[in-house]
Amino acid sequence: MSVNRALSWVKRGGFFLFFTLLFVFLGSTIASAADPTGETALLGDPGLPVDYVWVLMCSFLVFLMQAGFAMLEGGFCRAKNTANLMLKNLMDFAMTSLSFMVIGFALMFGADKAGVIGTTGWFLAGEAYDVGTYLFFVFQVMFAATAATIVSGAVAERIKWKAYFVYSIVIGAIIYPVYGHWVWGGGWLSTLPFGAGHIDFAGSGVVHTIGGVVGLAGAMVLGPRIGKYVNGKPRAIPGHSLTLAALGCFLLWFGWFGFNPGSTLSAHDLRISVIAVNTNLAAAAAAFAAMLFTWVRRKKPDVGMSINGAIAGLVAITAPCAFVEAWAAVIIGLVAGLLVVMSVYFFDKIGVDDPVGAVSVHGTCGVWGLLSVGLFADGTYGSVIGLFYGGGWGQLAAQAIGAAVCIAWAFILGYALFKIVDKVMGIRVSPQEELVGLDISEHGTKAYPELPYVEA
Amino acid sequence: MKKIEAIIRPEYLGIVRKALEELGYPGMTISEVKGHGKQKGLTQQWRGREYKVDLLPKLKVEIVILDEDVAKTLDAIIRSARTGERGDGKIFILPVEGAVRVRTGDEGENAI
Repeated sequence: MSVNRALSWVKRGGFFLFFTLLFVFLGSTIASAADPTGETALLGDPGLPVDYVWVLMCSFLVFLMQAGFAMLEGGFCRAKNTANLMLKNLMDFAMTSLSFMVIGFALMFGADKAGVIGTTGWFLAGEAYDVGTYLFFVFQVMFAATAATIVSGAVAERIKWKAYFVYSIVIGAIIYPVYGHWVWGGGWLSTLPFGAGHIDFAGSGVVHTIGGVVGLAGAMVLGPRIGKYVNGKPRAIPGHSLTLAALGCFLLWFGWFGFNPGSTLSAHDLRISVIAVNTNLAAAAAAFAAMLFTWVRRKKPDVGMSINGAIAGLVAITAPCAFVEAWAAVIIGLVAGLLVVMSVYFFDKIGVDDPVGAVSVHGTCGVWGLLSVGLFADGTYGSVIGLFYGGGWGQLAAQAIGAAVCIAWAFILGYALFKIVDKVMGIRVSPQEELVGLDISEHGTKAYPELPYVEA
Repeated sequence: MKKIEAIIRPEYLGIVRKALEELGYPGMTISEVKGHGKQKGLTQQWRGREYKVDLLPKLKVEIVILDEDVAKTLDAIIRSARTGERGDGKIFILPVEGAVRVRTGDEGENAI
């Protein structure tokens, strides 16, 4: 072993040691823990266990969406990049969990400073060492990781592993939680003087538009995959398994029953049944609309696009799910199903290569979900009233402002992040590595070692 | 002896096999192959966009038969593998110099 190599190991070891000691230091300096056993909380409200079980169960359902995204993205991409996509989906969950625990959670939900950021609860230590805070954390960390994992689809099949790894830390530490604070942490968007302020029940904007638009920035910085455009015309690059993609769709749909109803954060809020019904109806209507659209346009109902459609409906209903009734959920879903197909064609046409349609599903339909609150909110829940129920233009204005800010924030930070990463370490693999596939070139393995290599 | 190499549609293997069995040729070798003839590939769709599949999956059926059976074998394959559409495949007839059955050492026509 050369001296340089030894030094480099020492450096890496030092880096690791530094963080370990930091954690030990912070862990041991807990001055006051609020209620780490929950005994006090239970005495104060004996009805709490049902809420705890509800929120935990929903958190675990949202966790299952990670498997959904992994299968969906894996299926929609080629076999030679599958192992890479599996590791991305695994590691963005892991890295977001850590960075959200260290920084993100405090930025998002800590004591508000000027409506811009939260400032307490770093490392989940001190006062944050509390059953209630930890309960809230476990639910919220699943959401942060969902936003993170959306991006992997848009940048699939060509981004360097290192670049993606850096991205996955930054989104959980900064991009996601700061915007999240503005909407959910008592920040300035939630207190806009229009309607009831900007409303995003379970995160059409906070989670999905953020993920979709950062994905857009990534896809733009990266450029299209080799072979996506022939003489400037987009062509389809078929993925390797519609079976996996469909499994992913079902897992996501299932997980969404935790994502939306769980966002009441309480089983005592019986609105959960309304939310569950709306969630299901919007997904159903959007799958139907996307299927019908491709059927009419292409003469055959398209499987992949119908899968995109179902998820687009789920994304769209995420913001309004608590504020609308069933018929409105169906309309919101139908519109999302048409929007996602048009959006996929649009981004294809302007040269943005998004292998799985993440930008259209999460970005475009996330914005539609935000706006739909301003149209369809019926005033029965949280006094949020949309245009069609006589609430005037106020709520719609609040929704539009929030959506515009969301797009601008995610795009500017996402674009800057990927550009800086490109300058520092390079963001895209070499053409040779791309052709042979990221499985072999980035990880030295194949997802399917026993299958022959197939040119797609 | 002649060797018949028939390129057929994969989904017609069952019918072709049955027809050959009825002629007294139950043994055959099959390989999965890819290619195209004058059809030059097919158009399929993926997430709402069309793409061309240049090399289509086909099956190659190989059997060795007696010279006098060539006509009826060809007839049987054509009857069972034909749809009338492009992509039905091709049949090649090759001369065979010799044959040996590994188990018994039988040679020539006794081996097939």
